[in-house]
Amino acid sequence: MSHESRHNQDQYPVRLRKEQLWLRANLIQAIRAFFIDRQYLEVETPSLIAAPAPESHIDSIEAGNLYLQSSPELLMKQLVAAGYNKIFQICRCFRKNERGRLHLPEFTMLEWYHAGIDYKALMEECEDLLFTLAKALGKEQKIHYQGQTIDLERPWERISVRQAFARYSSITPEKAITEDCFDQIMVTMIEPHMGITKPTFLYDYPAPLGSLARLKPGENDLAERFELYMAGIELANGFSELVDPEEQEKRFKKDREERTRSGKINYPMPEKFLLALKDMPDTAGIALGVDRLIMILGNRGLIDDVVCFTPDELQENSRS
Amino acid sequence: MYNASDLRKGLKIQIDNEPYIITVFEFSKPGKGQALYRCKLKNMISGISIERTYRSVDNFHPVSLDERKMQYLYEQDNEYCFMDTENYEQVFLNHEQIGDAHNFMTDNIDVVILFFEERPIDLTLPNFVDLTVTKADPWVKGDSVSGDSKPVTLETGYTLRVPPFIEEGGKITIDTRTGEYVTRVKT
Repeated sequence: MSHESRHNQDQYPVRLRKEQLWLRANLIQAIRAFFIDRQYLEVETPSLIAAPAPESHIDSIEAGNLYLQSSPELLMKQLVAAGYNKIFQICRCFRKNERGRLHLPEFTMLEWYHAGIDYKALMEECEDLLFTLAKALGKEQKIHYQGQTIDLERPWERISVRQAFARYSSITPEKAITEDCFDQIMVTMIEPHMGITKPTFLYDYPAPLGSLARLKPGENDLAERFELYMAGIELANGFSELVDPEEQEKRFKKDREERTRSGKINYPMPEKFLLALKDMPDTAGIALGVDRLIMILGNRGLIDDVVCFTPDELQENSRS
Repeated sequence: MYNASDLRKGLKIQIDNEPYIITVFEFSKPGKGQALYRCKLKNMISGISIERTYRSVDNFHPVSLDERKMQYLYEQDNEYCFMDTENYEQVFLNHEQIGDAHNFMTDNIDVVILFFEERPIDLTLPNFVDLTVTKADPWVKGDSVSGDSKPVTLETGYTLRVPPFIEEGGKITIDTRTGEYVTRVKT
């Protein structure tokens, strides 16, 4: 039987990933320098946690009586609530059954929180970060990725979810949610247009997809959530954080019900987080996929090419 | 049973009781959204390709295939007949199912026939077969124009390029996987 690649293209063997692994090491240093320069505190919250955030579509990996974190979000927000106004963390996150060209079940996340600003100001901070990182790594202002040229010149493109659906699909976001095809439209019709000539912020998600974002003042059908795209690749997800414990608990319960409906197990309710939320100031927070950023800066089509070992390469006695 | 997270390029699954092989696979998942398993699949009987998007709740029956050693008998009206030499049972494959293999098949050659639920769907040839050259230009020593190879036609009608010393009536070995010349058969 002929060799079958997991993907539609072949990955580089580990001995040919030197350039990418150096890029990774330098990128991590540059991220630290950026945040330390802006007086952020670097934190390390536990990766073994008792209560992952109840998300309809994110599954956690069990570890004994605990779970490997799918994101450091809840514990970092508890730090913000405890008075740590500007914090960042670079850590491993774990998500069950996520594996593809852009997905690994274990990946590196950069997450940061900034009390006192909202999602619009956070978008600007995001622009500054990536602009600074590209420069620190000796990249040109124009990034060449898989035949595309993306100009990092600020300001970047900003388009609301509603505008994007109007421009690239024939359905409204609300109707897409009702017909259970929002994600499918997003993946097949919207994302391929995002971040093509400049990075794109896709913002103002319908309230039911608000996750842990606060609703937009005066427009309660929208949530202050955004995603950053480059070359059609989702790079980061940011919020004006929801700081209302009652509303948050309501959303968690809804997500748990949806998990039950689709036959997924539920994790313990994050009560400590909900309790802390009443002390949390208005804050903006964001999570950015570091491996994907390395892919883009290093011009690689597969996430496999930017890590030391993929899960497939760890398998013993692999069947031929 | 496979579930959606087992899907990958090369996996064989059943759709409407027909065997399909995944030829293109893409896992997509917006960070907060549902996982989508986008597949291009080829029907292993008809060869027709289709596209499907699956979700994490979907599951699939694997395709179980049986292999039987058989002998090629004859071709008639684009139907190729094969016989099990133990029980003399005969099966047929059509031109589409045979594909390029007809270039390398001579009467009575041993092949492996692939069955899906008692239906013959594909065949595998020996890696190397010996075939007779039925048409070849004579080799003129010192002829530098034709370079280091020349075209010949084999008994099956297949044409390929071979070294200039191969002559009409001789036998050569062909690699059936690449369709390329391997060596001259000494007689």
